[in-house]
Amino acid sequence: MLAIYKKEMRSYFINPVGYVFLGVFLTIAAGLCTYTTLQSRSYDTASFFYLMILVMIIIIPLLTMRTFAEERKMRTEQMLLTAPVSITGMVLGKFFAALSLFGGALLASCVNLIPLYIMGARDRALEESSIPVGPSTPEIIGQFLGVLFIGAVFIAIGVFVSALTENQLSAAVITIGVLALMLVLNVLNSIGSEEAGTRLINNYAVRYVIDWISVVSRYDYFRAGYLDWSAMLYYCSLVFVFLFLTVRIYERRRWA
Amino acid sequence: MIKISHLVKNYGSFCAVDDISFEVAKGEIVGFLGPNGAGKSTTMNMLTGYLSSTAGSIKVGGVDVLDDPLNAKRLIGYLPEQPPLYPDMTVEEYLNFAYDLKGCKLDRAKHLGEICDVVKIGDVQKRLIKNLSKGYKQRVGIAQALVGNPPVIIFDEPTIGLDPKQIIEIRNLIRTLGREHTVILSTHILGEVQAVCDRIVIINKGKIVADELTENISRAVENTRRFNVKISGPQREVLAMLRNMSGICYAEVLAARDGDAYTYMIESDVGVDIRKKLFFTLAEKKWPMIGMEALGMSIEDIFIAVVDKSGGERQPAERKKSRSIEAGRAAAEKEMADQIIEKTAREAENAPAEEESAPEGKYYEDYTPASDSFRADGGDKE
Repeated sequence: MLAIYKKEMRSYFINPVGYVFLGVFLTIAAGLCTYTTLQSRSYDTASFFYLMILVMIIIIPLLTMRTFAEERKMRTEQMLLTAPVSITGMVLGKFFAALSLFGGALLASCVNLIPLYIMGARDRALEESSIPVGPSTPEIIGQFLGVLFIGAVFIAIGVFVSALTENQLSAAVITIGVLALMLVLNVLNSIGSEEAGTRLINNYAVRYVIDWISVVSRYDYFRAGYLDWSAMLYYCSLVFVFLFLTVRIYERRRWA
Repeated sequence: MIKISHLVKNYGSFCAVDDISFEVAKGEIVGFLGPNGAGKSTTMNMLTGYLSSTAGSIKVGGVDVLDDPLNAKRLIGYLPEQPPLYPDMTVEEYLNFAYDLKGCKLDRAKHLGEICDVVKIGDVQKRLIKNLSKGYKQRVGIAQALVGNPPVIIFDEPTIGLDPKQIIEIRNLIRTLGREHTVILSTHILGEVQAVCDRIVIINKGKIVADELTENISRAVENTRRFNVKISGPQREVLAMLRNMSGICYAEVLAARDGDAYTYMIESDVGVDIRKKLFFTLAEKKWPMIGMEALGMSIEDIFIAVVDKSGGERQPAERKKSRSIEAGRAAAEKEMADQIIEKTAREAENAPAEEESAPEGKYYEDYTPASDSFRADGGDKE
């Protein structure tokens, strides 16, 4: 598993993929951060992290599309599958490699928050007010963790889709489709207002279920800086389910 | 070392491998032959744990490939039909990856250095695999299979894309490996099998149709009673003499003519070596014999005959070829094919129904590389 992890990490950086991912991710993150905080004179980082989730829908598939699709196309999976490595080890190696790159990128994008702290310190010195000014570190940590977990779920889904096909492009497109669908569900759920009776989905039970399974709506607590254990458990379970399915796909292919 | 019993593989309703059983002893080099689509690669993929079998069992060094895949795979080095290379890696990175992947415990630099020497890729170590020529890629694939010095090495068509000199080198390498390792080799090139393998297994339509020692087949190939003799002399008299000579049961003139010399095809009686007697008789008559060629069957002929016999479709070109060689030989091929097929069928019947409880004590536990050096056992190479 470690060998595969190392190889994956290396291949992100001997291919353009890793650089493209980092470049796009960091550029967008910097832009969004500037726009949502400095530009709008706010210390609230919630919308920055929330928008990053939307961005992840497009760029995480960049990271995951090649994981299995390429191995299959190049027939290199034959080497992995005939080596003394379990399929689980292989899947985990690839998953953690993608997760580390994503986590690293997310961590690096937190550099954008440093100006907020500097400005916060200045404002505090100026105003002497009793209301704390400046960004809230606990909130940022909560939001960061929430986004990291959601990223892990997205990566697991991407890895799973990549194992289904041998074409990288279709792996990316399908992954984007699946991730977008998850978001759209969430949006549909919140369209309209209760008072005006313009809810798109009127049935409370349906809305409840959608809300329950929605990856994004579970992010709400993180947004406020809470560590929502049930949500973490939910995200971990989703990761587990999709990685498990990936392993099963490989098992099934052997038996086909 | 390798024990395959009653192996079956179905792809849906298509049966790719149909009840195959054979064993390979330690240090044996087995050639695995068969026409396209015979099930060679499927069998190899099952052997290496890439595919699973529908029924039957495969044991490598006493370890069942399905029960304990990791330990079984540890014993096998595999070069698939298409070498599994990462084009974006350099050769060095790739071999290091193979080393990590297989969890080797040997001295890394020394071991990889030796492998590079053996397959002669030392000079391209720093180059990207995608920029290598086909022959080099193939050799990097072979190198990958050798990493970790596994006791069983399986090559699926190893010499494809190599130039003749490299082919000879690789054959020598395989022969060297055969001293310490068990090698299974699949190939279309029959001469290769003859040159390298101790034993030949021919498979067709998912069934083993022949399983013979190469020696026996070679003997059959050489052991012939037919000759083409080129004799300079009056055609009719020579023919009459040949027909009347004791020990010759059949003679005819072939069309080929060379000056006043004609070519005669003769067949001797069983168990008689006619060649010396013929020479002296002709010398006496002052009809110089200017050429003699034994009409042995080539291994190709036997292969075609065996595959043909077992129900394969003979390609028109092959039919034409074996016809044009000479009519009488078809009978001999058939005979040979019959013998081989019968023998194999008999052995298959006698194969144990289910593997008798193999001696406990797993092989991989005792396995310590006798030498972690290829050079040590490759001393007399070239």
